[in-house]
Amino acid sequence: MTTKMNGARILVESLKKENVGAIFGYPGGQALPLFDALYHSDLKFYLVRHEQGAAHAADGYARATGKPGVCIATSGPGATNLVTGIATAYMDSIPMVAITGQVKTFMIGNDAFQEADIIGITRPITKHNYLVKDVKDLARTVKEAFHIASTGRPGPVLIDLPSDVQLAETEFHYPEKVSVRGYKPTYCGHPGQIKRAVKMVSESKRPVIYAGGGVILSGAAKELKEFAEKINSPVTMTLLGLGSFPGNHELSLGMLGMHGTGYANHAVQNCDLLIAIGARFDDRVTGKIDEFAPHAKVIHIDIDPSAISKSVAVDVPIVGDVKCVLEEFLKIVHRPHDKEWTEKILEWKQKHPLNYKMDDRLRPQYVIQQICEATKGEAIIATDVGQHQMWTAQWYNFMRPRELLSSGGLGTMGYGFPAGIGAKVGKPGSEVFVISGDGSIQMNIQELATAVVNKIDIKIAILNNSYLGMVRQWQELFYGKRYSHTKLENPDFVKIAEAYGAVGIRISKKEEVRPAIEKAMRTKNTVVMDFIVEPEENVYPMVPAGKRLDDMIGSMA
Amino acid sequence: MRQTISVLVENHPGVLARISGLFSARGFNIDSLAVGETEDPSVSRMTIVAEGDERTLEQIKKQLNKLIDVITVTDLTKTKFIDRELILIKVGIRAQNDRTKIIEIAETMKANVADLGLHTITIEAVGETSHIDDLIELLRQFGIKEIVRTGKIAMETESREKPKTIKEEEE
Ligand SMILES: Cc1ncc(C[n+]2csc(CCOP(=O)(O)OP(=O)(O)O)c2C)c(N)n1
Repeated sequence: MTTKMNGARILVESLKKENVGAIFGYPGGQALPLFDALYHSDLKFYLVRHEQGAAHAADGYARATGKPGVCIATSGPGATNLVTGIATAYMDSIPMVAITGQVKTFMIGNDAFQEADIIGITRPITKHNYLVKDVKDLARTVKEAFHIASTGRPGPVLIDLPSDVQLAETEFHYPEKVSVRGYKPTYCGHPGQIKRAVKMVSESKRPVIYAGGGVILSGAAKELKEFAEKINSPVTMTLLGLGSFPGNHELSLGMLGMHGTGYANHAVQNCDLLIAIGARFDDRVTGKIDEFAPHAKVIHIDIDPSAISKSVAVDVPIVGDVKCVLEEFLKIVHRPHDKEWTEKILEWKQKHPLNYKMDDRLRPQYVIQQICEATKGEAIIATDVGQHQMWTAQWYNFMRPRELLSSGGLGTMGYGFPAGIGAKVGKPGSEVFVISGDGSIQMNIQELATAVVNKIDIKIAILNNSYLGMVRQWQELFYGKRYSHTKLENPDFVKIAEAYGAVGIRISKKEEVRPAIEKAMRTKNTVVMDFIVEPEENVYPMVPAGKRLDDMIGSMA
Repeated sequence: MRQTISVLVENHPGVLARISGLFSARGFNIDSLAVGETEDPSVSRMTIVAEGDERTLEQIKKQLNKLIDVITVTDLTKTKFIDRELILIKVGIRAQNDRTKIIEIAETMKANVADLGLHTITIEAVGETSHIDDLIELLRQFGIKEIVRTGKIAMETESREKPKTIKEEEE
């Protein structure tokens, strides 16, 4: 006979069944039973200092490990504080399970104290969400939530749990299997479509592979490399795709798009076949959409049918898991290697590399290059949003998947630091760096407490330009240098670090950069490095919004 | 282009909000939407009539299909189907012989008198949308006071070939 347990305990037992390695969260009135159950469990729980931090940490944990991240908050303000983090994960297809306390079932809809309709609020930013009204449904709901979050095109799932359901008792049975009749993702591509695509590949003279975050989510980096080498095709990546193909490979073109490399954008504009893999033709990638890859036939592999032909007409759509489809490709694909195209690209790469001014000034790109060298390109790098994010994409040579954590779709400032905490918790053996801006870091700087208290050995590099740099750059280029509310007067970040019990280092000269990074890496504590960089450095190359992809400022014309 | 889509969904609270939220968030237009329980009480059927170009309609179907609570999406426009709509029309009686004229029109149009008042007469009719539209036109001369329409419900008719659901079409 099984004994009865209350809903809170059932939730905790269910999380154990899912092998949840870490939970990030913050308590409150309507989550009290749940927190009491956590008190009695040995689940690893990290108390953040703002619920947004919990959602981003769960997201960072998921991106670094591939396992769904878990965060918990109370009802009302606790739940709404998760929203930005949930939306961030949704836009980038990150598996996450968010659990919120809710007012008692009979109070729902009465504007009770700390009531918010979090189901309604998160409906458009979750893959699915549940309000559990009967404790008997709870275990099955948790099982379904993890299944839905982590399969198909992954995404966040929210479970809203009223406090009376947390207290109600029933027997605990964790289901072995899930069956959700409306949810059956397609994994294997259509064989006929694959054959058609393979034929197109074999006939192409100038192919380009355009790899996105889907390659990483599906765990297909190895297959991508084999595929690219087998058909001798250059590979360009989206921001979220960085690391899906080794950055130092001779076929790598780095990132494409608004701040992509000149040679990547030119390769796309001149290719005769574009093979889009787990990417979704975001407007930051395509530039002016009707002139994107104008000479190319397009093959699009994606697990989400709705991502296909959404913005670009596709010649051969293949709905399926990237890894599964690439494995099929590898069995039959063949393309005669002709050198003309790859040599042309090599020439572009050599003639028009990424560059910045080499002088005595402390320039942000240099800092990133030094972090890359000091970590041998093997660290996990979490970024915020802005210029520093684009410089990271350009100057840190990502070699492996799951080592760049960045909010690509939503572009959430404040993401990087908590995401880095989540990554370090999930991958304690990896070196974790946060590359942030003086604007972004202040959006979740309170998490210094979380990091220090939990002895999270994480290195934060603030590229401090005293501006909201990316916005300032746009104002400089397109708004006549009218710097409307983008100049920042900052606190002393070294003192802030020290006040929280972390180590603070200020770096204002070029020659101090490398020693500071090395010192930070030797220090077994949370370290904040405040790099005082050139204030008005710009990110180049740049495709102005709405322009053609090869219509770039600061690169090959 | 106008399309009739038949959607089987889980019959629980919040599903309608999910569907209508999807339409509003993505800027899709719904002409009409009718919902009701099916022969299986755990399942509801929604008949959605939507307007848009080919690409938009394709996206509507794909996005609907992506919702976990959606079990199947069938594009009825690609099959044989019958559709019906129920309408109540309240018409004013202004002249003496209006009443008989209206009742005559109703009879010819296979509609019924649902309510007879001193100053108004309410006609009920069931039929295909075009038939309902004709009826409205015929009654317009009397001065229409109020119209209530249910929106279209539709059902596939028996045919040898089964229409494909979107999920099958992708394969
Ligand atoms: C939450 C949020 N608010 C506003 C923005 C708009 N935004 C994009 S980049 C940016 C400036 C970022 O400044 P900073 O963090 O200092 O980085 P920098 O560009 O200087 O490297 C802003 C305000 C955003 N992306 N996210």
